[in-house]
Amino acid sequence: MSFINYSSREINCKIVYYGPGLCGKTTNLQFVYKRTKPDQKGKLISLATETERTLFFDFLPLALGDIKGFRVRFHLYTVPGQVFYAASRKLILKGVDGVVFVADSQIERMEANIESLEDLKINLAEQGYELEKLPYTIQYNKRDLPYVAPAKEMDSLLNPTRVPSFEGVAVTGVGVFETLKSVAKQVLFELKKHY
Amino acid sequence: MESNLIMYEDEFRRIDDELKRLYHQANAKVLFLIDKNGQLIASAGDTHDIDTTALASLTAGNIAATGGMARLLGEKEFSVLFHEGDKDNIHISLVGQRVILVVIFDQRSSLGLVRLRVRKSTETLAKIFDEITQKADKDRSEGRLDESPFAEISDEDIDNLFR
Repeated sequence: MSFINYSSREINCKIVYYGPGLCGKTTNLQFVYKRTKPDQKGKLISLATETERTLFFDFLPLALGDIKGFRVRFHLYTVPGQVFYAASRKLILKGVDGVVFVADSQIERMEANIESLEDLKINLAEQGYELEKLPYTIQYNKRDLPYVAPAKEMDSLLNPTRVPSFEGVAVTGVGVFETLKSVAKQVLFELKKHY
Repeated sequence: MESNLIMYEDEFRRIDDELKRLYHQANAKVLFLIDKNGQLIASAGDTHDIDTTALASLTAGNIAATGGMARLLGEKEFSVLFHEGDKDNIHISLVGQRVILVVIFDQRSSLGLVRLRVRKSTETLAKIFDEITQKADKDRSEGRLDESPFAEISDEDIDNLFR
């Protein structure tokens, strides 16, 4: 649910990064934070455990520029990936405008990817959303590691509707901005459709 | 699924006026009005030293977590949260179904006073937000959102954001 403020001429959109534990959601946000100009970003908030696992969410506000005289703000959130934080994950999807699913390309994590994607669909449905109708992009992360599944194979497993997908190495930034731009574009075009 | 929140100048001014009134009557330091999804709607008082965007997001997370706890216990929601600090205190409450009111105050005010004033302002604010929702629904059903900044958005506009 985006927030359009005609008074301050701002539009706010919420983008959520979803995916299994340790797939690189937080790393995506950290790279975006690192590579964005200081005047375009707010603080990167991480509610994490002592071992740097996401406990509740990470949050990064971005104000990249103006469109038609309106300041466009994206609020990027990650969910905690670990299975037992299910209740928290559900909360963060509230009011989402666009979803990025970060999949772990390692063959041994394919099961976890599938499980997380199912979990995403169920949690969205509980809030009255359908993944198929939301702006949605997939990132196949960790392409630099050995024993990764071919992107084509991952497409057939995780991307039956063929939404935009990108190969990524979030630690070095490969695919990070491409992914964000893809989902942002869909979110803004969705607004165009409805307003 | 909730619809988008659209705020026009007129309603924004009325909200702003009500926040200013509450700010004075409750002897508060700072006031915020936040959308349940974590987006800042309006504020009153000296917000200069506060990261308002981060505060808004964390407050919404707080309310969401508390709401989750409430449902586990069979409550509909906990409509008021209060955090007490050494110097500053935060009073968080729900306005209608989609907005959160945050009042930060110190020893110049008191919890009792804040609660009393918040209750009154909540009624006024809830009414304004109801009107905003009705207005947006009406505009949408009549296809009358003439000022829309997105009607002619292009690929190039979006590319420019990421340059």
